[in-house]
Amino acid sequence: MGISVKNLTHIYNEGLPHESVALDNVSFEINDGEFIGIIGHTGSGKSTLLQHLNGLLKPKSGQIIVGDTDITDPSCKLLEIRRRIGLVFQYPEYQLFEETVAKDVAFGPKNLGLAQDEIDKRVEEAIGLVGLPFEEIREKSPFELSGGQKRRVAIAGVVAMKPEVLILDEPTAGLDPKAHKDVLEMAYNIHKHEKNITIFVSHNMADVARLCDRVFVMDKGKLILSGTPEEVFSEEERLTSIGLSLPPAAQLMHRLHEANHAIKAEVFDAENAAEEIFKFLGDKVC
Amino acid sequence: MLRDITLGQYYPGESVIHRLDPRTKIIATLVYIVSLFVVDSFVGMAIATLAILLLVKISKVPFKFITRGLKPIMFIIAFTFVINMFMFKGEPLFAIGPLVVSKEGLKRAVFMAVRLVLLIFGSSLLTLTTKPINLTDGLESLFKPLSVIGLPAHELAMMMSIALRFIPTLLEETDKIMKAQQARGADFESGNLLQRAKALIPILVPLFISAFRIAQELAQAMEARCYRGGSGRTRMNAMKFRKGDLFAAFIMIAFLGTCIAERIIL
Repeated sequence: MGISVKNLTHIYNEGLPHESVALDNVSFEINDGEFIGIIGHTGSGKSTLLQHLNGLLKPKSGQIIVGDTDITDPSCKLLEIRRRIGLVFQYPEYQLFEETVAKDVAFGPKNLGLAQDEIDKRVEEAIGLVGLPFEEIREKSPFELSGGQKRRVAIAGVVAMKPEVLILDEPTAGLDPKAHKDVLEMAYNIHKHEKNITIFVSHNMADVARLCDRVFVMDKGKLILSGTPEEVFSEEERLTSIGLSLPPAAQLMHRLHEANHAIKAEVFDAENAAEEIFKFLGDKVC
Repeated sequence: MLRDITLGQYYPGESVIHRLDPRTKIIATLVYIVSLFVVDSFVGMAIATLAILLLVKISKVPFKFITRGLKPIMFIIAFTFVINMFMFKGEPLFAIGPLVVSKEGLKRAVFMAVRLVLLIFGSSLLTLTTKPINLTDGLESLFKPLSVIGLPAHELAMMMSIALRFIPTLLEETDKIMKAQQARGADFESGNLLQRAKALIPILVPLFISAFRIAQELAQAMEARCYRGGSGRTRMNAMKFRKGDLFAAFIMIAFLGTCIAERIIL
């Protein structure tokens, strides 16, 4: 099942003096099983795009086709869209409300109208998938957990709905380095386990370069670049002109390349960068 | 849907009315409201209507923003209209069953409805042309004399400013939480009353937690900047009574005078 977005346009406050075009004729395709990264400056239209994918906003014009259903069609049931597409907002821990972790994670599946034993099964599986100890945590209040744990519980609440598309809007914002790494690993594990499409929005170029199959770059409501991390991050000038930077490893490699053209510049993650440098040094030393 | 609520509904502009001292505008609005109750005939109402329409024209606020304030009280207006129409005794005009509509009743009903509409227009014009923050500054300054009898004018104004300042923040927060729960399949729009009330829990619990968090953060931020209440505080934008305000005051007095004269003569 893929996603196909055609000529999506959205205008906030249309007709008022402060109207603004949030999405301007955006089109793209996502294939089954892809891990997609979306990068762009604050206000570039990322969040608006995500909310369209989930049916929370309706476009002014354009189409979003998920699998074989056009979710912009008014006759399309919203619950059906939400069953297929799970959206985890920024700082999702603020949406926790139940007395216990298990109940909170069960909120989504319950709204889908599933049977109780299926709900229980999914809750246990989802809490496991986000890397939390189910037995230990199920009866705890979500409000007594740590920040990173709260975030995982909130993500589990969406994962438990078993969406075919999982959208994570800056899932690591405001977390400490350890929790940051854990949440990324978790996102990747969920992706591998559920074999879903994952859409990952981030400001961290290194994370995007490392995890994503393809990267979309948004600026002022337009999709200005898309392709594999290699393709996107080789457009350094284009990215810096809209206020984005390259992953640190890529920046290093660009500098090294300028100093010595024997070093390849098109390397974007730390591991490959280390390998490239090692290869270069190896040639010299041996 | 939440964005439809307009409180602190400032419409940015550069008109003469926008530039008046907020105190002038508050008093002018009060005078206008009083004069709406002074006038007692259609001639007087016509003058008041003309006056407000003229002011709206000068303020350059689109008319539909002024009428938007009517929406929430449409029911009250209709209710007053109907009650007045049936309850006022006089020369019968026609009857619906046992209910008799008199000529005087109909007149009265129209009169009351117009009065209510003008009340809303008048106060809308104030809030549309004055930034909420200036409005509370103006109120604080007007209430200052009452601090002699123990009215905490500054604290009240500060509370109002904070409340106004946080309405959009809380609305945004509510919007976010609603969307997050909707993304988890929550349904706020169908079901009976009990089900709908229950559906609000997933919004209200996180909203309260957020509100307390925001309040605490704000209190700490204010204390960190040495806020200790109103005594001895000066303002960055001190309010000034200018020529325009004097002119406005004259118009105000003339208007009130006309209304009083109208009541005595007619």
